[in-house]
Amino acid sequence: MSVAKPLPHDAAHLHVTGAARYVDDIPTPRGTLHLAFGLSAVARGTITAMNLEKVKAAPGVIAVLTADDLEHDCDVSPSNHDEPLLANGTVHHIGQPLFLVIATSHLAARHAARMGDIDISAETPILTIETALAAESRFEDGPRIYQKGDAPAALQAAPSRLQGSIDIGGQEHFYLEGQAALALPQDNGDMAVHSSTQHPTEIQHKVAHAIGKPMHAVRVETRRMGGGFGGKESQGNALAVACAVAATTTGQPCKMRYDRDDDMIVTGKRHDFRIAYDVGFDDQGRIQALDFIQYARCGWAMDLSLPVADRAMLHADNAYNLDHIRITSHRLKTNTQSATAFRGFGGPQGVVGIEKVMDHIAHHLGVDPLAVRRINYYADITEPPTVADTGTAIDNRTPSNGIHVSSDGIQTTPYHQPVTDCIINALTDKLAQTSDYEDRRAAIAKWNAEQPILKRGIALTPVKFGISFTLTHLNQAGALVHVYQDGSVHLNHGGTEMGQGLFQKVAQVAASRFGLPLEAIKITATDTAKVPNTSATAASSGSDLNGMAAKIACDTIRDRMAEHLAEKYQTTAENVTFKDGSIEIGADKITFAEAAASAYQNRISLSATGFYKTPDIEWDRIKGRGRPFYYFAYGASVTEVVIDTLTGENRILRTDILHDAGASLNPALDIGQLEGGYVQGAGWLTTEELIWDDKGALKTHAPSTYKIPACSDRPDVFNVALWDAPNRVDTIYKSKAVGEPPLMLGISAWLALSDAVNACGGNYGDLQTPATAETILSACQKARG
Amino acid sequence: MDIAFLLNGESVSLTDVTPTTTLLDWLREERGLTGTKEGCNEGDCGACSVMITDDSGSRALNGCILFLPQINGKHVTTVEGISTPDGSLHPVQHSMINHHGSQCGFCTPGFVVSMAAAHLNGATDHDVQLAGNLCRCTGYAPIIRAAKEAEDRPVPDHLLFLAKNIPAIQKSQTEPLNSKAFQPRNSDALADWYVANPNATLIAGATDVGLWVTKQFRDLGAVAFLNQCGDLRGVTETSDKIRIGAMTSLSDLETAIEPHHPSFAAMIRRYASVQVRNAATIGGNIANGSPIGDGPPALIALNATLHLRYGDTRRSLPLEDFFLDYGKQDRQPGEFVEAISFPKQADDLRCYKLSKRFDQDISAVCGCLNITRDGDIITAARLAYGGMAGTPKRASAAETAMIGQSFSEITIRGAMAAMVDDFQPLSDMRASASYRMQAAQNMLLRYLHEANGTTTDLMEVTA
Repeated sequence: MSVAKPLPHDAAHLHVTGAARYVDDIPTPRGTLHLAFGLSAVARGTITAMNLEKVKAAPGVIAVLTADDLEHDCDVSPSNHDEPLLANGTVHHIGQPLFLVIATSHLAARHAARMGDIDISAETPILTIETALAAESRFEDGPRIYQKGDAPAALQAAPSRLQGSIDIGGQEHFYLEGQAALALPQDNGDMAVHSSTQHPTEIQHKVAHAIGKPMHAVRVETRRMGGGFGGKESQGNALAVACAVAATTTGQPCKMRYDRDDDMIVTGKRHDFRIAYDVGFDDQGRIQALDFIQYARCGWAMDLSLPVADRAMLHADNAYNLDHIRITSHRLKTNTQSATAFRGFGGPQGVVGIEKVMDHIAHHLGVDPLAVRRINYYADITEPPTVADTGTAIDNRTPSNGIHVSSDGIQTTPYHQPVTDCIINALTDKLAQTSDYEDRRAAIAKWNAEQPILKRGIALTPVKFGISFTLTHLNQAGALVHVYQDGSVHLNHGGTEMGQGLFQKVAQVAASRFGLPLEAIKITATDTAKVPNTSATAASSGSDLNGMAAKIACDTIRDRMAEHLAEKYQTTAENVTFKDGSIEIGADKITFAEAAASAYQNRISLSATGFYKTPDIEWDRIKGRGRPFYYFAYGASVTEVVIDTLTGENRILRTDILHDAGASLNPALDIGQLEGGYVQGAGWLTTEELIWDDKGALKTHAPSTYKIPACSDRPDVFNVALWDAPNRVDTIYKSKAVGEPPLMLGISAWLALSDAVNACGGNYGDLQTPATAETILSACQKARG
Repeated sequence: MDIAFLLNGESVSLTDVTPTTTLLDWLREERGLTGTKEGCNEGDCGACSVMITDDSGSRALNGCILFLPQINGKHVTTVEGISTPDGSLHPVQHSMINHHGSQCGFCTPGFVVSMAAAHLNGATDHDVQLAGNLCRCTGYAPIIRAAKEAEDRPVPDHLLFLAKNIPAIQKSQTEPLNSKAFQPRNSDALADWYVANPNATLIAGATDVGLWVTKQFRDLGAVAFLNQCGDLRGVTETSDKIRIGAMTSLSDLETAIEPHHPSFAAMIRRYASVQVRNAATIGGNIANGSPIGDGPPALIALNATLHLRYGDTRRSLPLEDFFLDYGKQDRQPGEFVEAISFPKQADDLRCYKLSKRFDQDISAVCGCLNITRDGDIITAARLAYGGMAGTPKRASAAETAMIGQSFSEITIRGAMAAMVDDFQPLSDMRASASYRMQAAQNMLLRYLHEANGTTTDLMEVTA
């Protein structure tokens, strides 16, 4: 069976030979035109004049469009209908598209796009949390509040209390392939679109509106992306819509790709946050009460900011059982790029908030932060899973060690979801042991005492991440499977491939259902004409949803084949087994190809759709109550670092990871997600710094100034392992989602730096993020006092 | 202009090329070879890496900032030419698949080319070799495992053949002096042409000028490509001097400087990336006058002399005097950098490059400290900094504060205090002014601790 095998990525051979095609590599028809946006140089204001004569006269320019030239509604927002393709009167951030250049080449379009002469009556932009709060510039009427217990009262009663805050930087996706789309006009004005998108259905929807057609007139295809990370969930809309509109206007195929600087200036990034905390605890560090205020800088348009900010609230507990907690969330509207989805979708910011609290309490008490973490963990559930795990939202079983349980015997999250699958204690114990945490911590303390300049630090941090889209209706997926009469299989589903290996995992599922070798399964591009009404490949849900849909489609065909063969061989379907490319029917054995041919000749349908929806979830995001998540994925990491206390420079020396991917569909691909997610998370919290100037211009808009981890930034020693246990709920082959959770493993790198900083002196260094060398040096000074 | 080169073994002749067309655009747009990717179009991500072979060997370069005339007479190997002509995979391609070294696959062709070039050259310092290739998916670990696995596998014949058989292909004829795109064969031809075209743009490695074209759409006017001026390339040593030709690449400079000043060489290893160091020249690094170039502070600390030429007229000046002000150098129109030289000396030089990221990042501060002692007494000090002013600049007040004093923490702290009179650094996206000052001061302390045997180098620490 091909499931659980560590097979390479399905396109690995194409990747290494340069033969894998991305949108910009697709051969284009003669006469294809190229597009570029002219961008606003002002963060906030009213357009008073647009003089585009020079643009129109520039070499190679075919046409220039402004908002006035658009025939239909060209909104490109994924949520709130607040993102016009081209600014219609007002501008809201530096980099907002104002006009669209259509030219004979990419270079000609880019060149001409710089020649606009735009008069804007500028207003003072709202750029910071403070100014947004003062101006009441926010999405939703006021802050959203989720709570459990009575945090204010419990804070008053707590033996000890600390207040603090943590600044959490945003993050540029830096997918290596920039945003790109290609629109090819079809009969009667229909449109075929190739888009580098995580969400082909949304591209279809937005393009259809923009060209004034029903969705059936638009077909969107996505074979692969050169990285997505959430940055292609909604940010590709503008390019696809621009291409479709330009193609409709000119009758020619149109292609658009952002130059890297434009990509970084135009598109949204991870939300930066500030999280203020007020925590009450006892002398062992057990939290009695916690009050968080989360401030999210959402940028100019709503995009996905509400569910992002919700998810930050939903991860304010991380792996910790809190009886009295209140989380207040402010979603602030600023004149910057509209912040968007990024791996973790707000969850990482919420987790950073409480991990900072753990770090702060431990320093206050003078104990190992891991001890504070452990004493606050949710209890592990050790009994075998019961019907309740997959059944109703309420589970009455008592957690194994009987602590941290509310009066009704259930441990619940701050949003009142019972935690019935916790393994974080056992996982932490094992990781602490395999990484030799205690001994290394002692050795580091000794080393630090002898070193005047360099200091080392170590930290172990957990991850508990909720799996499901919090917008419940998105938890659905479809697949389309054909078996041809020669026994070869065509597989299609609604998920998109951005490098995570989803296509291979789902193909492994399909091969396993048919008992076929993987080579028999043809992986095909995501296509809105094959599987309709899909959700974005996001929220780590790709293999959970599409794997299950594909399984259902395959099983439908397999059952039909089995029934046919049973009849032919005078037996029952239970006696038909699919294995190793063959089918055994009682004592008889035929090849899968023979069976397919036989089914065809007997007029048995060999094509089926599969549809899956996640069971048992329900969620009220206004009240903050319910079961938004089908299950949780767990993990933990230990990082050791060294810092230079003269400059703040630093290096990761060793990292150990133990992570729960359930019964892995493909351990090699899952370990790839762990390694990559860790490094991306560590980059977010260290060298990746977004800087806007006081006019609202992003100053870090290229890899020369925005520093994602390079090769030597990975840990010198990097031990990565999977926690090998099946999911307690009924997911595809009992696997767990593994896309987003590993990003939060990188948090241990930041807290190891904090540990090293705190070795400089007796005060709390209060290390903020991103922990650049400069930030670290400043924290060292704070620690020294 | 007309150029000719070999592309994956096939002869290519182009007439009337626009001299600022990049190899990447030509490969993708004209030739339809789309394996080479555009990731950033500024030489920072390596997705466009190609292998260029000439009589000095094979090396990886960034195709996005490589102009067509720069490959005139050379052999270009793209990812499509890394596998053998019969389609079987190169060892690094095999190992990348085996070790799951690709996820989204977009950076992969660039990695494969860099890895193949390193493999061909027998280089196994993989972190250095791959510092110029960014990957956002894998966290690099599987890529390094792949590179290690391939180390001992033989180089495929077709690449060995390349390295041993430099094509004797037709190079362009020498253009007339009034040509607006000129590719001289030696510095005499350059000197004559530059006198006739004094406002022209000289293109050495194009690692900076490339961005003027790809990002700023600047019209360069008349251009001269210096890459065939072999007489401007190379390092020569005499009994008391080391002289570096202006067209010496940073890669070659690193090799030459290593035996004399290993700290300088170590800093050069962090200067951009292999691809950039293979193209960038020390002459370009000096002549562009950047306040944040890493070459000038080290060379100023070594008391280097700059050699300039205009026509047949030559002059020399201390390197530090060349940098007059931000964006302004002591160079006349038509005058070009011919070489840089510095006296042989005992190695007291330490170069401290401070950047947000360790590899391939522009310095926030680059401190190059050359402190000479006689016994315990500091007899001379040349403390040169980049990133602290509008030009590379010496910390003369700090130098004065330490000369004649004992080499001690008290002296060093005195010099640190004096440094506030030397610099008024800026705040920008790389660092704040106060951090720059503090780090620049602390570099003096690091020098002292390092000299006294205290561990100060992060690279020396292991888990």
